[in-house]
Amino acid sequence: MAKKLMTTTADAFADLKDRGVIHDHMTVMVGGFGLCGIPEQLIIALRDSGVQQITCISNNAGVDDWGLGLLLQTRQIKKMISSYVGENDTFEKQFIDGELEVEFNPQGTLAERIRAGGAGIPAFYTATGAGTAVAEGKPTAEYYRPCDDTKGFNRDASKASTVQGQKKEYVLETGLFADLALVKAYQADPFGNLTYRKTARNFNPMMATAARYVIAEVDETVGLGDLDPDSVHTPGSFVDRVVQTASEKRIERRTLTEA
Amino acid sequence: MPLDREQIAKRAAMELRDGFIVNLGIGIPTLVANYIPDGLDVWLQSENGLLGMDRFPTEAELDADLINAGKQTVTARAGASFFSSADSFAMIRGGHVDLSILGAMEISQDGDIANWMIPGKMVKGMGGAMDLVAGVERVVVTMEHCNRKGASKIIPECSLPLTGKRCVDLIVSDLAVLEMDPKRGRFVLKEVAPGVSADEVREKTAAEIIIEGEPEVIAVD
Repeated sequence: MAKKLMTTTADAFADLKDRGVIHDHMTVMVGGFGLCGIPEQLIIALRDSGVQQITCISNNAGVDDWGLGLLLQTRQIKKMISSYVGENDTFEKQFIDGELEVEFNPQGTLAERIRAGGAGIPAFYTATGAGTAVAEGKPTAEYYRPCDDTKGFNRDASKASTVQGQKKEYVLETGLFADLALVKAYQADPFGNLTYRKTARNFNPMMATAARYVIAEVDETVGLGDLDPDSVHTPGSFVDRVVQTASEKRIERRTLTEA
Repeated sequence: MPLDREQIAKRAAMELRDGFIVNLGIGIPTLVANYIPDGLDVWLQSENGLLGMDRFPTEAELDADLINAGKQTVTARAGASFFSSADSFAMIRGGHVDLSILGAMEISQDGDIANWMIPGKMVKGMGGAMDLVAGVERVVVTMEHCNRKGASKIIPECSLPLTGKRCVDLIVSDLAVLEMDPKRGRFVLKEVAPGVSADEVREKTAAEIIIEGEPEVIAVD
């Protein structure tokens, strides 16, 4: 079995440049929603690798001094493909100054583009964004939504609870695939099987399938056989390297109920 | 008297039904969670991968791995589930969410919605809004009827970039409740805020709307 467990994030990155896994102008997927479930220590290691002109696919862009904000500070990111980038002044400044290119995707379209890319699906139709700026320049077609298609071949019309829906416009979106994916998981075993924890799962499982090389940052490593096969979220075959870290897990909006 | 934000949320909460899977946007829609009618079992979906969102945590319950789509720390109720963003948007885009309540900057008379960007201002992205309006069975918009300058936000055609076309089913504003009639493709005035007349709603609505008979008065305290 290939050795996947690495001692430090520096070890995990040590030979990647020589092996051509990381290089300038590369595309990197980075998991997380806000600061939740981000591979925070791997982002620091990517920064320290000095790779430039990165195209980064990530739902958000971190905050000024944490997460992808660190790579923005050092101007290593050329382009972001994201759905929302609210809380980052560095981002805002570079975007307004024209230093940073941004492609906004609807969040579900982004998730599905990554899922599709990992599953070998080059393109798919979605209703999201039809008739908006998101659809500009993309092919469109009219379909019934499968759940409204009561006359469809896979639906028993007698069980349909709603009237036949109307055909509507769908937009063709393409699958995404990256050179490298950095994901955050809860547990990993030596084969690279991963489990995620609570809402820290978010984009991580799809990204783990949609890159040539995948590194997982985890809270815990366990022995082979210690993970219940029924509970594995990402099968180990998708994962190239695993590093256990003591993540800071910063909280963006600490909201409490009075006890 | 126009409704205040809490009253708009209360009226929007009357759209909830027992067993509904509901996604609430940021702002007034978030307040709807405080007014779920007694006896209704409603499941709040948060698009970052949580079905069964509950209240904010106590200090002891605080968990950085458990947040909502507004990035606030939350808790999960008994029966809750966690899932990936792809599964979450399969839920939203596949028609498995019953109701989406969200805010808007502009609504057109045929139900287009604009709520994600203002040209010339910093664009932060649409997040999950385009998926929600395109995929969810029933889309309810809570909003101020007019902007700060007093101009109607319900207009013949949106001037701002669209979030979705012909997708708004119901508007709950501080002045009125307007429901889309899909056959006629126009909103029908259903209810007015206490002390607000149908004429006042027509006067403050730039869009073509349908007024038939005497609208009811919105029943909130």
